[in-house]
Amino acid sequence: MGLKGKACIAGAFEHPTRKAPDKSVALLHAECARGALADAGLTKDDVDGYFCAGDAPGMGPLSMVDYLNLKVRHVDATDIGGASYLVLVAHAAEAIAAGRCNVALITLAGRPRSEGMAIGTAPRAGNPAQPDLQFEFPYAPTIVNMYAMCAQRHMHEYGTTSEQLAWIKVAASQHAQFNEHAMLRDVVTVEQVLESPIVASPLHRLDCCVITDGGGALVVVKPEIARSLQRPLVSVTGAGEAVKGQSGGEVDLTYTAARWSGPAAFRMAGVMPADIKYASIYDSFTITVLLQIEDLGFCAKGEGGRFVSDGNLISGVGRLPFNTDGGGLCNNHPANRGGITKVIEAVRQLRGEAHPMVQVPNCDLALAHGTGGSLGTRHGAATLILERE
Amino acid sequence: MARPLSFIGAADTNPETMPYWDGCAAGKLLVRRCLSCGKAHHYPRGLCPFCFSDRLEWIEASGRGTIYAFSVMQRAEVAYAIAYVTLAEGPTMMTNIVDCDFDSVRIGMEVTLRFVPGEGGPPLPVFAPA
Repeated sequence: MGLKGKACIAGAFEHPTRKAPDKSVALLHAECARGALADAGLTKDDVDGYFCAGDAPGMGPLSMVDYLNLKVRHVDATDIGGASYLVLVAHAAEAIAAGRCNVALITLAGRPRSEGMAIGTAPRAGNPAQPDLQFEFPYAPTIVNMYAMCAQRHMHEYGTTSEQLAWIKVAASQHAQFNEHAMLRDVVTVEQVLESPIVASPLHRLDCCVITDGGGALVVVKPEIARSLQRPLVSVTGAGEAVKGQSGGEVDLTYTAARWSGPAAFRMAGVMPADIKYASIYDSFTITVLLQIEDLGFCAKGEGGRFVSDGNLISGVGRLPFNTDGGGLCNNHPANRGGITKVIEAVRQLRGEAHPMVQVPNCDLALAHGTGGSLGTRHGAATLILERE
Repeated sequence: MARPLSFIGAADTNPETMPYWDGCAAGKLLVRRCLSCGKAHHYPRGLCPFCFSDRLEWIEASGRGTIYAFSVMQRAEVAYAIAYVTLAEGPTMMTNIVDCDFDSVRIGMEVTLRFVPGEGGPPLPVFAPA
């Protein structure tokens, strides 16, 4: 089913907090919901579909629909980690097209910073029933060293360098300086990234994203409703999702599931990578961005290092302005799941509401892409193509 | 020096993977191979992940492999090297590289099987430069 003309993103809200020790996760979800509905010009009574993922406390939609006191006729709690919220936008658009709901609310929130979660560097045991656990956990895989292995292999096969990866962080920091809410607002240089301590070779501290409390919410609506609201029209025109693992032991760390989700989204929207004026690209680590840029088709496999160098991702400077809010690398990675902020900044760009210093002129076509889970083991990918009408 | 690794799961109550851990206890690394399609896989499953056949055998790995990817975790109490090692039998498995100067570890390096004690369970297969 194509999505063109089926649904619009009418409301988008990023919680301004980056540290919220005095707020519950449920309250953060609620504040995000209120913010996105206010942005759209709608009320909680207009919501008839609710969407959330694994960060929602309790029993997902059951706990949250009750806490928010919503009356809904459709729910979806697809969880593919940090990419969930891009998938939920697509699923909301499909549900609206199928007549299952008219106003879909998507929320994300969490407070890993207040809870002192060493998310990237401490091995985390999952459910013992998780089939891979006994063959992996004893070796102390962490989020960082798993992504680091992808970087190491890419360097080995394609000659990618730490300097090239550093350019991704430099570009994010150039954008973050204009975001008053960004956790890290200082502009950094390639040298500063390379001089920061190694966390897991070859990744440095500044190759890693921030750990923040906060959240975000989106409101996806039927086009007729969107046209009745006083907001620029942002349509969902393409979507793709995919999952990649270790393929029974045929491990290949040089590409991501974006290789499948990207082309599916472009095909549905009827556009090409070269048409994209702004891209939100998941940036848990610098290597995450580089791999996805290749797999989405912005450059050939193996050319990512050269593509991201010399400011090519900086708005007003390079060919592919990315993550103009500062991204996960500098701005925000709420609940350790950055997918929703990727959609939010794309919506800002398409509305012309990004910071004037980073706004892409006449931005009428944008891509948002997310990765969830771990590129080093198993992950989900979701791509959205968004257009301003 | 070998770092003690903590065993996770319950080999003694999981018939699907118990032979693998029994093999480790006997100093052998066992690989699952499909009798229908002939392909070996890892981590071991009760159905072949390539053709869904349940006609599978366990074969003893030679213990030879090459490093596909690795990372030295510096931000840890004791630095350690995690890796994917491609076994001579075909599949690539997650493991640790031990008993070497981590600065000398390279992708493509030939490695051989060792076992280190597993806390609360059988010994765990790791690799060292050949």
